[in-house]
Amino acid sequence: MADMVHTAHSPALVHQFETKEQQHDAGSLGMWVFLATEIMFFGGVFMSYIVYRALHLEAFIQGSHFLDVTFGATNTAVLICSSLTMALAINAAQTGKSKSTIITFLGLTMLLGAAFLFIKFAFEWTHDWTEGLVPGLHFTYSGPHAPGVELFFCFYFFMTGLHALHMVIGLGILATLTVMAYRGRFNSDYYAPLEVSGLYWHFVDIVWIFLFPLLYLIGGRYGGGH
Amino acid sequence: MSEHIVPVKNYVAVFLSLLFLTGLTTKVAFIDLGQTAIGKTHVIDWNTVAALVIAVVKMLLVVLFFMHVKYSPGLTRLVIAAGFFWLAIMIALTLSDELARGWTGTPQPWSLLLPIFHPYL
Amino acid sequence: MSTAVADVHEVPVGSHVNYLNASYGIKSWLFTTDHKRIALLYLASITFMFFIGGTAAVLMRIHLIEPQGALVQPETYNKLFSIHGIVMVFFFLVPSIPATLGNFLVPMMIGARDLAFPKLNLLSWYVYIVGAIFTLYAIISGGVDTGWTFYTPFSSLYSQTHVIATALGVFITGFSSILTGLNFIVTIHKMRAPGMTWFRLPLFIWAMYATSVIFILGTPVVAIAMFLVGLERLLHVGIFDPAVGGDPLLFQHLFWFYSHPAVYIMILPAMGVISELVTCFAKKRIFGYSIVAFSSMAIAVISFLVWGHHMFVTGQSVYAGLIFSVLSFLVAIPSAIKVFNWTSTLYKGSISYEAPMLYALGFIGLFTMGGLTGLFLASLATDVHLSGTYFIVAHFHYIMVGGAVMGYLGGIHFWWPKITGRLYPDAWARFAALVVFVGFNLTFFPQFMLGYLGMPRRYAVYPEEFQVLNVMSSAGASILGVGYLIPLIYLIWSMRYGPAAGPNPWGARGLEWETPSPPPTENFEEIPVVTEEAYNYTGARQTLG
Repeated sequence: MADMVHTAHSPALVHQFETKEQQHDAGSLGMWVFLATEIMFFGGVFMSYIVYRALHLEAFIQGSHFLDVTFGATNTAVLICSSLTMALAINAAQTGKSKSTIITFLGLTMLLGAAFLFIKFAFEWTHDWTEGLVPGLHFTYSGPHAPGVELFFCFYFFMTGLHALHMVIGLGILATLTVMAYRGRFNSDYYAPLEVSGLYWHFVDIVWIFLFPLLYLIGGRYGGGH
Repeated sequence: MSEHIVPVKNYVAVFLSLLFLTGLTTKVAFIDLGQTAIGKTHVIDWNTVAALVIAVVKMLLVVLFFMHVKYSPGLTRLVIAAGFFWLAIMIALTLSDELARGWTGTPQPWSLLLPIFHPYL
Repeated sequence: MSTAVADVHEVPVGSHVNYLNASYGIKSWLFTTDHKRIALLYLASITFMFFIGGTAAVLMRIHLIEPQGALVQPETYNKLFSIHGIVMVFFFLVPSIPATLGNFLVPMMIGARDLAFPKLNLLSWYVYIVGAIFTLYAIISGGVDTGWTFYTPFSSLYSQTHVIATALGVFITGFSSILTGLNFIVTIHKMRAPGMTWFRLPLFIWAMYATSVIFILGTPVVAIAMFLVGLERLLHVGIFDPAVGGDPLLFQHLFWFYSHPAVYIMILPAMGVISELVTCFAKKRIFGYSIVAFSSMAIAVISFLVWGHHMFVTGQSVYAGLIFSVLSFLVAIPSAIKVFNWTSTLYKGSISYEAPMLYALGFIGLFTMGGLTGLFLASLATDVHLSGTYFIVAHFHYIMVGGAVMGYLGGIHFWWPKITGRLYPDAWARFAALVVFVGFNLTFFPQFMLGYLGMPRRYAVYPEEFQVLNVMSSAGASILGVGYLIPLIYLIWSMRYGPAAGPNPWGARGLEWETPSPPPTENFEEIPVVTEEAYNYTGARQTLG
């Protein structure tokens, strides 16, 4: 097996492991356990959101109507594309494609991730700021259910902000992977960092898959929101 | 170790399904699917149900195929299941408080002898 | 009668290359990735934090000698009990056994060279230190007065103290626990030596595994709770403010979802230690190995289902209260099962009374008392009377101090020869254990009575009729304090002047005892192959070494 073969570009087995397979398995399990913590981390905020939505439904519907579904749906599509390109980057390494193929896919993933953040910050959040919908900093809405709408926006900014923070960290990880790929570190025998980072990236995508309907869509859009 | 290499066309198929489901959930949000009353004070909002069901399907596609869980060992599935199970516990037991707070009335002396009547019954 | 006698043929300490002398200098310690060195880094840090938290307790007990308070203003008293709780829970008890004994022993007990992710291990220590610095900064600049529970809306809207800095410190330190738990889970799954099946693992490892499950699944939620409180304070938004539709109880749900399992983080490792001590000092197999292992896992799971018992009198739904009460009774069962197993292990064992065993015996008695009193609190009706009183304080101190701290001290003493290669003076150690036991009971038993009679907790003043019991409690605290200082002295002394310990001064079973004391950096020359069950004591006293 390729266990003990160290090609010129794959790192040596680190000392605490006995085989490359053990090292790879441990890395994957470690990332999955970390994702379990992330489920509970985001889960805490999701739970709080669910509680307040149940208690203040009208206010939350009102707040949700201020969000732009087009931007939200576009961002969802952007992230789904980025998950595809991430999966293709790993696939490229697995199937022994050239390092420029891997770098291309990683680069596309980063570009899409950056596009997501751009849409969110440059379009959505600045719009919310000018509309006076930022709790604690610039909140001027005084229509019906104002306290509940402010509560909605607390959670909107907290949840999308936490998600965006995870995206930024993900971009940092992708940049590191790109440098590693450029140095020829990945091949069909060694691609564990790509795989493990892919798990993280897909998880962040899944969080958004739930954020989009919960924040943008649930709330009787059929009533005439834009 | 997931030696299993997923063919690119499978990835593309999953990708297209995800895009389709995103479009679907967006479209459906603008259609009134109605509500069904349960008991005297609660309703099931079918729009919410639809959106969540679609989201869960999208998640499953990403988890099983992009994250290779379909080809992963049982331990991975156990970790994922544990994460979601614990989340479910947290939400369910917290909601058991938050939603049930108004269910008990002011205690009267005679109610010590009778079962507490629930608003539904 | 036995005292641990060094094997006269053993070479003096330090003459073989071990993890302590393999490299020198501050950088070799601050940049180490050796799990054994990291364990010692943690040991120093948590000992420091223990004395900070202990100082707050000493000041409280001095203050409570008089009904109108003998020492500080009420506002300061509020800060003292808050600091005591925050430091002791988050910075001492939660990391105590896992980060010191766990880090040191997990790889050795399973026959591995290190944990799965040594650099993450070092990172976890640095994260702990950063969190501790934030909290110490908060303490030095005036402290916090919300109680360790940070209840809203007081903490988020009304408190005039350094809530954000403290909450941030707790938030950051939580990640240290998460990294440790992650490391342990992966290590135990993936790095066991050949032949080390799950049911040959020492029960300490099962305890570490169960504790790690709680670390992983609970800690992120308290992080969110701290974050939301900080956000509310910072931005003056009403997340937990009833006036704008927020729910203060939501904070409590988020907080206690972690903090109840957290108390099991604090006791499960100690239970793991007790299984090791009882088998070694009774020279007998554990009674019911798989039951004890499964009980550890059952405790980890059920502990997440009971948090509402901290909220019985908060206005929580009575129906939720019913559910939580029933589940709280359930969680007592696995703990009780373990006590039966330990006592059955002792029965007809060949018992010796070295210091670790004294701590273990103390644990069994005191934990049982603490656990039984928990049942009063799990019953909704009696909890209404006892909630917010000293009964609660006594209950959890019986478990946390009478249980967890004694388990910690027992473990430190038991593995001290392995960690340092030195023996400590056992006569002094036994004396200190007795002083701790007496001091502890004198401190906390009167508090059961005070609570039952109605003295509220967290109050700087109390009615005259409670003074006698309070003075007894304070007297006990002074004895307890002395009891903690004595080991500090002789353990540090032994590092320099203690006689050399052989590989196995206690005649114990386990892979860690098959290495030199102190062990080499790589733990094992060759990875061992395991063929025996755990605790393979034959009943006769083992030969030493």
